[in-house]
Amino acid sequence: MSHILRYLFFFLVVRPLSYVILGLNVRHAERLPKNGPAIIIANHNSHLDTLVLMSLLPLSVLPKLRPAAAGDYFLRNRWLAWFATEIIGIVPVARTQKGGNPLAGCFEVLRANDILILFPEGSRGEPERMQRLKQGISVIARKFPNAPITPVFLHGLGKSLPKGEVILIPHFCDVFVGKPIARTESNQDLIGTINDSLAALEKEGDFPAWE
Amino acid sequence: MIHLPPFAATVTIASLYGVLFLSTLIILLLKRMRPEADFSEVTTRTNSWWVMITIFSLAVILERGAAIIFLGFISFLAFKEYLSLIPTRRADHRILLWAYLSIPLQFFWVYNYWYGMFIVFIPVWIFLLLPMRMVTIGATEGFLRAAGTLHWGLMITVFNLSHAAYLLSLPQIDNPMAGSVGLLLFLVILTQFNDVAQYVWGKTLGRRKIVPAVSPKKTWEGFLGGVATTAVVGFFLAPYLTPLEGWHSLIAGAIIAASGFIGDVIVSAVKRDIGVKDCSNFIPGHGGILDRVDSLTVSAPVFFHYIFYLYTGPRLESLL
Repeated sequence: MSHILRYLFFFLVVRPLSYVILGLNVRHAERLPKNGPAIIIANHNSHLDTLVLMSLLPLSVLPKLRPAAAGDYFLRNRWLAWFATEIIGIVPVARTQKGGNPLAGCFEVLRANDILILFPEGSRGEPERMQRLKQGISVIARKFPNAPITPVFLHGLGKSLPKGEVILIPHFCDVFVGKPIARTESNQDLIGTINDSLAALEKEGDFPAWE
Repeated sequence: MIHLPPFAATVTIASLYGVLFLSTLIILLLKRMRPEADFSEVTTRTNSWWVMITIFSLAVILERGAAIIFLGFISFLAFKEYLSLIPTRRADHRILLWAYLSIPLQFFWVYNYWYGMFIVFIPVWIFLLLPMRMVTIGATEGFLRAAGTLHWGLMITVFNLSHAAYLLSLPQIDNPMAGSVGLLLFLVILTQFNDVAQYVWGKTLGRRKIVPAVSPKKTWEGFLGGVATTAVVGFFLAPYLTPLEGWHSLIAGAIIAASGFIGDVIVSAVKRDIGVKDCSNFIPGHGGILDRVDSLTVSAPVFFHYIFYLYTGPRLESLL
């Protein structure tokens, strides 16, 4: 049942939202992985980020798409938890919990040959500003050396729906997909490489000021 | 909901498809004859024309309300594109919602034949309301720039473009051949034709630059050639699509061409100020919506008020 609801939600709500109300300017959508195990990473500004990333891939890939999201935030009540896990299909990351591996859910996704969507900044933070990347991505990368990591730079979604706002303002958004991150044996300085590739993607656009 | 538009309007739409079919055929032939040349640019452009003309014709064939909603949607896209290009302030997040809400209202006045509100809503009421709401938020840094750019965008993309829709709501001007749809077709076809005519004249004869700082490729020869050609085409098209006769139809073509040119260079100046080549890549081969309707943003109000003056006269009592 929730399987059908998930398709309907993405077909009737998320896609019209992404392509009509917002409007996406996508560069190199063909670089996105269509088979797992794979990791898509992006900078994080808004709740819309996850929805937009998920509408970039064909609906047939939807069952494979699993965005990693904060368990403490999205599982805070019964209704939100149902919506987040059944409809959006999140894998909860336990940001605050002590003991156990907070990333266990992410490992599970990749082991099942699905596609993990991850925001290495860890939270939305100040909209339209990059924060320091957390270590989580390098832990996952070390465990799954064969899963390609595709970086995506998102711009404008933080303007449409910034943190703390409930009103969505239509705004064209830029989605620049980069080439998969080059991986070394040891994954040394993976964070630095990811940072560089996101910064390079950001440079492709010429974005107006927003203060 | 679908009803057949008046005869002349149907013929006009059919001829548009004829022209499109012919150009597609020519491109195919050229590809055959010169396989080494690159025709990808002109092919994407023509493909986009197929889509645009189909959507536009469907909107025109639909009843008046649906056509007005369609034109309102074009305004929405153009305004969204404008907002995405200009620098905005974070403090104005909610102000932008008010600005967006003015779009359905403006097109509702059009649908409702409420000329008095249609003509003052954005220039007066929204002009007063937005700064007032901005004051209650209280961010003063960059206030004038934010208020100014926001209202300017609404004027260009919503107020001006809504004049094209109001052509569908003009009091029954006696136009048995094409109805009020004829006026809209006349405006849009001549505006787009003029873009092409100015380009062709400029390419073949262009020498003296007309606005070198804004559009270095535009020339006096292109401009005047475009105005003359569009006036002549208007002269021959007007009897089918409009109630205009003789000199009036010649002048109609000329003012659509001249004002279309002005709209084109105004949007070019904005793009130059912001530092972009196209407003977006919404329409493959053409750029953004704003790149396609740039001429229309000025030709729509100018043509509308020309018609309005001719058929309702200069004094208010004729409206009552």
